[in-house]
Order: sequence, then C-alpha cells, then structure tokens
Amino acid sequence: MSKKNKTTICILLLITVLLIAFPLFALKDAEFGGSDDAGSVMVEEIQGSYEPWFTPVFESFLGGDLPGEIESLLFCLQTGIGVGILAFCMGRFVERKKWKDKS
Amino acid sequence: MFDKKKRIVFLAVLFTATFAVMPMSYAMHIMEGYLSPKYSVAWGIIALPFILWGMASIQKMLNKNPKNITLLAMSGAFIFVISSLKIPSVTGSCSHMTGTGLGAILFGPAPVAVLGLIVLLFQAILLAHGGITTLGANTFSMAIAGPFLSFIVYKICKKCSVPQKISVFLAAFLGDIFTYIITSIQLAVAYPSQNGGVMASAMKFLGVFAPTQLPLAVIEGILTVIIIIALQTYAAPEMNMIQFTKEEA
Repeated sequence: MSKKNKTTICILLLITVLLIAFPLFALKDAEFGGSDDAGSVMVEEIQGSYEPWFTPVFESFLGGDLPGEIESLLFCLQTGIGVGILAFCMGRFVERKKWKDKS
Repeated sequence: MFDKKKRIVFLAVLFTATFAVMPMSYAMHIMEGYLSPKYSVAWGIIALPFILWGMASIQKMLNKNPKNITLLAMSGAFIFVISSLKIPSVTGSCSHMTGTGLGAILFGPAPVAVLGLIVLLFQAILLAHGGITTLGANTFSMAIAGPFLSFIVYKICKKCSVPQKISVFLAAFLGDIFTYIITSIQLAVAYPSQNGGVMASAMKFLGVFAPTQLPLAVIEGILTVIIIIALQTYAAPEMNMIQFTKEEA
C-alpha cells in the first residue's frame, strides 16, 4: 500500500472516530434512543394514536420484548460474523500479494 | 450440481441461518405493522421484480466466474457489519448506516437488492426491527433505491472524471441519504398530514431522520472509501474480474 493511501486512511479513520465521539461528549444528557422510535412518535403525531396491526414475529413468539442483554449479544454476533468474513478474505488477499510480490 | 456449487449453497444457507437468530432493534426501517396491508402488498409487488433481476444477475456473474463470490461475500459482510452498528448522532438519538454503497459500486445495483433483502429478512423475522409486513417497503428503500442512486452517482462521477475516492465517497454518502428520503416518502404516502397532505408529512418525517442520518452518511462514505482502497491494493485480480478499474494515478 502506498504511503499516500496509508495517510489517507489514517486521516479518514480519525475523522470517523471524531464524528462518532463528538455527539457523545457534546450531548451529555441525550438518551441516544433509536430514531425509529422517533418515527413512531411522528406517526402518532400525524395520525393520532396508532396501534400497529402486526407485532414482530419473534416478539409474539417470546410473548414479550427481547431482553436487552440478549439483544446486544446477538448484535455483537452479527458484527463479529461480518467482520470475520471481511477479515478472513482481506487476510488472504494481503498474504497472497506478499507472496506474489516476492516471487 | 457441482461440488463447488453445493458448497456455495451450503455456505449461503449456513450464513443466512446464523443471521436468522439475530434480534436487534434499531433505527431506520419502517416498523412492523406501521404500513397498512394495502401499502405492504403494493411495495412488495414493486420490490419483487428487482429481487428477481438481482438473483438472475448474481447467477450470471457466478456462472461467468465463480471466483466473484469472494467480493460478493465481502460486500454482503460489509452490509452486515455496517448495519449492525448503532452510531450516536448529533441529534441525541442513534441510527445505523446501510452499507449498500460498496456492493452497488462494485457490482451494480441488482445483486445488492438480494444482499439487502437477506439482511432485512432476518432483522424482520427475529427482531423488532423492520418487519415482515413492511419488508417490501424497506427492501425498496434500502436495497433498491439507495444502491441505484449510489450506482448512478458513481457512474456520473466517473464520466466527469471526478477523482475515484471522491466518487466512491459521494456515491455511498448520497445512497445512504437517499434511502432515508425514500423511507420518509413511504411513510408520508401512508400517513399524509391532515393539513398539507403527503408533502408536508414527508418533510416532517425527513425532519426526524435527516439530521440524525447526515453525519452517519458521512461515516458510511468514509468507510466505503477505505475498503475500496484496501481492495484495490490487495485484491487487484478480483477487482479486474469484475472490471472495476483502478484510477490511473
């Protein structure tokens, strides 16, 4: 990887981290709830009270909301699998290039 | 069926089955039960031809060169990772990105429709996120409209010889934003405002989503650029296979 690209990536990553961290420190009192909740609130505002006519399959199966900790577990699992695939393929590419360049 | 194909199918099933047990509930998609049956069916019908087209195009691509599966899998994995991360935004609420830009830039919009559908399907079945009844609408916004715009933006930028990194950034950034614009319009059509109609309602929904999504779209653009740089550096043969040309520096 060229030096120029390395610098670009470092700068881009730094910007990303700052973009994510900034709201966290700037808005100390914020709840950081999901914006689809805000969406449902907006629907009610426009429509009056609204009762969804269909409940999520998994939730009706469990007979209630999914426990928060389990939710974050499954979240991590999703991220982990995605990262796993990306890292596996990337790792193979990187090694392959190294061997090719050598020979 | 060849052994190789069998293996691919098995992996695909394994992959999807894993995600089938993956509850999450974050922002962005239209919530389960929030579109009346009429609209649910209508959006499903609109989305269906794109999905079929996407399947055909994936099939064609893999027949042409089975090795394309690696980049396709990586594009899919990118969507999984990106759409599983809830990111805090300046408005004090969280949302997540779409991640569909990468696939659209590499493969064009058709295959991404299928990749996006897979993500949405599993989020819908097990999570309180998105929904079976709103699947058509969500597929249209995230897996069809967004990637299409990304693809078009990228092509236009390339024609106008905009530097490649900037083209990639713009494509992913605008695709992400466009997804939310479409979501707002979908909600507005279903819930027109009593005074002002669909447009007023669309602006209202956009007012909720847009400020949250703007910084996230920037992040999505940046991450897409980074992964494109990495792929061009290390996966040059694969990138050539899909005719993704590197910019002459």
